[in-house]
Amino acid sequence: MAKIPIQVTVNGQSHQAEVEPRMLLVHFIREELGLTGTKIGCDTSQCGACVVSMNGATVKSCTCLAVQADGAEIGTIEGMANGSELHPIQEAFWDNHGLQCGYCTAGMIMTAAELLERNPHPSADEVRAGLAGNICRCTGYQNIVKSILAAAEKMGGHAHNDETGGHAHHDH
Amino acid sequence: MTKLGVTLTMTTRIFGSGIRRREDPRLMTGQANYTDDISLAGMVHAAILRSPHAHAKINSIDTSAAKSAPGVLAVYTGADTEGVLNPIPCAWQPPDSDVKAVDHNALAVDVVRYVGDAVAVVVAESRYQAEDALELITVDYSALPSVVNPKAAMDAGAPQIHADAPNNQAFHWVVAGGDTDAAFAEAASSQNHVVVSDTIIQQRLIPNAVEPRSALANWQSAMGELTLWSTSQNPHIVRFLCSLVTGVGEHKIRVIAVDVGGGFGSKIPMYADEMLAVFCSMQLRRPVKWTATRSEGYLATIHGRDHVEQVEMAATKDGKITGIRATVYAGMGAFLSTAGPGVPTILHGLMYSGPYEIPNIKGDIYGVFTNTTPVDAYRGAGRPEATFLLERMMDLLAVELDIDPVEIRRRNLIQPFENGHDVSTGLTYDSGNYQATLDLALQHVDYPALRKEQADELSEGHYMGIGISTYCEICGLGPSQVAGAVGFGGGLWESAIVRFYATGKVNVYIGTSPHGQGEETTFAQIVADELGVPVDDIEVIHGDTDLTPMGWGTYGSRTTVVGGGAVALSARKIRDKGIALAAHLLEAAEEDIQYEDGKFFVRGSPDQSKTIQDIALMANVAWNMPEGMEPGLEATTFYDPPNFSYPFGAHVAVVSVDADNGHIVLQRYVAVDDCGPQINPVIVEGQVQGGVVQGAGQALWEGVVYDDNGQLLTGSMMDYAVPKAHLLPNIEVLSTVTPSPHNPLGVKGIGETGSIASTVTIYNAVIDALKPLGVTKLEMPLSPQKIWQAIQQAKGA
Repeated sequence: MAKIPIQVTVNGQSHQAEVEPRMLLVHFIREELGLTGTKIGCDTSQCGACVVSMNGATVKSCTCLAVQADGAEIGTIEGMANGSELHPIQEAFWDNHGLQCGYCTAGMIMTAAELLERNPHPSADEVRAGLAGNICRCTGYQNIVKSILAAAEKMGGHAHNDETGGHAHHDH
Repeated sequence: MTKLGVTLTMTTRIFGSGIRRREDPRLMTGQANYTDDISLAGMVHAAILRSPHAHAKINSIDTSAAKSAPGVLAVYTGADTEGVLNPIPCAWQPPDSDVKAVDHNALAVDVVRYVGDAVAVVVAESRYQAEDALELITVDYSALPSVVNPKAAMDAGAPQIHADAPNNQAFHWVVAGGDTDAAFAEAASSQNHVVVSDTIIQQRLIPNAVEPRSALANWQSAMGELTLWSTSQNPHIVRFLCSLVTGVGEHKIRVIAVDVGGGFGSKIPMYADEMLAVFCSMQLRRPVKWTATRSEGYLATIHGRDHVEQVEMAATKDGKITGIRATVYAGMGAFLSTAGPGVPTILHGLMYSGPYEIPNIKGDIYGVFTNTTPVDAYRGAGRPEATFLLERMMDLLAVELDIDPVEIRRRNLIQPFENGHDVSTGLTYDSGNYQATLDLALQHVDYPALRKEQADELSEGHYMGIGISTYCEICGLGPSQVAGAVGFGGGLWESAIVRFYATGKVNVYIGTSPHGQGEETTFAQIVADELGVPVDDIEVIHGDTDLTPMGWGTYGSRTTVVGGGAVALSARKIRDKGIALAAHLLEAAEEDIQYEDGKFFVRGSPDQSKTIQDIALMANVAWNMPEGMEPGLEATTFYDPPNFSYPFGAHVAVVSVDADNGHIVLQRYVAVDDCGPQINPVIVEGQVQGGVVQGAGQALWEGVVYDDNGQLLTGSMMDYAVPKAHLLPNIEVLSTVTPSPHNPLGVKGIGETGSIASTVTIYNAVIDALKPLGVTKLEMPLSPQKIWQAIQQAKGA
C-alpha cells in the first residue's frame, strides 16, 4: 500500500513519517513513536482510553487516521508532566485515588484537561457530563470526578493550553 | 503536604491510613508497561480467525491465499495444533457432580461450537497484514442447529453440543442441609406458613476490563525457555497451565503480568489465544504478540452470570424462614472455562444461607453447555447471584406477609458472633455482626423519614422506591485443603518474601498479582506497620514468576486476606530475628528486648537500642552474629488460611421512576460494609464505589443479547451499555469493623462486596417504586422500555 508523508508535532517534538493512509493515529502514536501511554480500549469511540489533544481539542485517536493529523499539534499523556513535576490534574488524581488499574487514566486526564480549559469551574454534574465519552470500569467514576474538581480548584481557573495542545500550565 | 514518609509513620499508625498509592505515578504518566505496550526486536503479530457460526461442522479450510499474502509468515489451523498443544483444561471440577470436562482445543478441529471459537491463526510482520490475511482464509462450514438459553439447552430434543454430554448437562451439583422437602411439605399443609417463589433470570454479562486481553510470547529455542507477557490476574497459574498445554517445563516458563488493566475475573482463565501466541512463537522462533480488539474480546473473553433460577422460600407467618429450595440452570458456554464450574456451585450454592438462619436448604445446580462464549468468574462470581436470590425472596416474603422489608430481615439475621457460626450449607462463617451494619445504614438514611418522603412523593404522583439488602459473602479464598475437597485444581495459599538490604531498604516479593487493587501500597503499609520502616523505603514486587515466589493470584477477594497474611507473617519473622540479633548486639537477654516503632531496646533502658535499620545493616554484613544465626535479614512465609473470610453489610438504594416513560434515576446509594480492619480506607472506599457501580450496571443497563442463532448482538461497546459517569450518584460508603478471628491481620476482603450487594438492592428499590402501580416483577436490565411495558400491562390487568 502506497505510503503518504506526514509531519506531526507530538508533545512539542516534530516527527516526519510515511504512513499507510489507513493507519490509525493511535497506532502511529503507539507503534511508530513508541508513546504507549495512550491506550486502546474499544476501537469504536466509546471508552476514551485513546483520547489525545489535537490542535487544542480532544480527539479519540482510535477513530482518527494518522494522515488526518498531518501538520497537527498533538498532546499525549507523556507530555502532561513537566519533568518530574506532575501536572496538577495528575497530582489531583493521585491525591484523590482517581485511578485503580490505570488503563483509562490517560484518556481521563487528557479529557479533563480540555474540560477544565473550556470550563475552569465545573460543577460535579458538568464533570460527569464531560466524561460521557470515557469509560472506567474500576472506580465507579466518583473519585475521578472528585479528582477533576480538585484539579480545578488547584488550577484556580488559570488553565490554558500552550502550543503543544496538551500542557495546561498553571500558576502555583 | 504529602502524606507519605517518616513523619507520618512516627505520629500516626500507617496501618489504617489513607495514604496515596505508590503505583500511581507510573500509571498516570504513561510509564506503565501493560502487555500491549511491550515490543521486542523481531516481534511479529498474530491475528485469529473466529467462527461466524454458533455451531457448525468444518468441512475444509483453505489457507493458501492467506499464506502468500504480503508480510505473512505462517497460517495455522487445528490440524497444526492438534497433538502439539494439549486441550485447554478446566481446573475446577466440583466433586460428586459428574463433570463433563470436554476437550477444548486451542483451534477448533472438525466442529465449531460458538461464535468466536478460534479456527485459524495468522502471523505476519504487522498487525494490519495479519488482519488482512484473515480475510483470505476460506472456511467451508455446514451449519448445525444451536441453542443459547441454558434451560432450553436441557430440554428434550435440544441440539447436542458435545457427544459426551447428554442433554448438554455439564454437571449436576447439589447443596443440601436440613430436611428441605419436609420443610416445604409442612409449609404446604400448614395454615401458619407461607411459600413465595419466583423465576429469576441472572442475565449474562460481559466483564469489560478496559484493557483488552493481550499476550506476547517469546520462545528462546537455544535455551528452551519461554517468556509470556500476559494480561493475567494470576501469572503463576498461567505458568502452571501453560506448562500443561505446551509441554514446556514449568521451570522454563516465565510469565509476566505486572501492569494489568482491570480483570474482574475475566483475566483468571487460561485462554486458547494466549497459547496460540506461544505456539506461533515456538514454531517461528520469533516473539509473537496477539492483542484482542474489543469486539473480539466480547466473543472470546469469558462472560459472567447467565442463570435461570427457580426459587421458593418457605416461612412461618411471623416471618421466620423455614426453608429455601432452588433449581438453577447455569449457562457454562460451549466449554468449561478454567474456574467456570466452581462459580454456580461452591461460590453460589454454598451461600444460600446468606446472613440468615435458614435451617433447611436445597439447591440443584445444573451446569449447562450452550453455543455461547464460555462463562466464568465475574466480579462477585456466584455470590451476587446468591445474594440476589435471597434478597429477592426476602422482599417477596415481606410483601406476602405485609411486614416491612427491614423487619423481615431482622427476624432472620444471624445473631452477632465473634468466632465461628455454622450454617446449614456446611460452612462455618468466621465472624459477623449483621444487625450493626443494618442499623448504621438505616440510621444514615433516616429510614422512617425516607419512608415518609416516599409516601409524600407518591401522594404527588411521583414513584420513589427504597431497596434494602443485607448480605454475607464468602471470600479470602483458601484454605487449600478445602480447595482440594471442592475440586479446585490447585492450592489457595499465598507466599511472600520480605527482604531487608544493608541500607535498611526493603523489597517485598509477593506471589499474588494485584491489577488495580493497590497492594503495592497496602502491603508496604503492612510491613511499615509491623517493622517501623518508612513506607517509602519499601517496594512491593509482583507479577513476574521469575522474580516472585509462588502464589495463586488475585480473585475471590483473597489478595489482602491470604497474601497480606503471608506478608505480615514474614514481617513478624523479621521482627523475631531482629529481637535475637539486638539482644546479642546489646548484650542483653532476648526476653529483655522490647520492640516498638522500629526500635529494639532493652526493657527499662530505651537509650540502649538498635533501630530496624541498624539490625538490617548488621544482619547483612554479618560481622557479629550470635552463634548459629544465619546472615541476612529476610523471611519467607507460605500462608494457608484456616478458613475463608465472610465480609458482610447492609445496602440501601433510593430510586425514582418516571411512570410516563419508564425512566429510572438512581438517586442515592448507601453501602455499609464490614471487611474487618482496613489497611487503607481510601482504597477500601474505591473498591466499594467501583463494585457498587458494576452491580448497578447489571440492574439497570447491562446484558448480553444473543439471537436465536447464537449471534452476539451486543458485540461492541456501542451495543453493550457499560455504566457512565453521568448516570450515577455519589456512592455513600460507610463501614463497621468486625475482625476475622483466623488470619494474622483480621481482614476479610472488600473487592467484590459492592457488586455482590448492589444489583439486588437497586432491583428491590425499583420494584418498591412500582408497587403502587401493580408491577411486581421485572427482568434485568431494568430498561425504560421494560418498565413502561410492565406498567401498561399492570394497568390493563
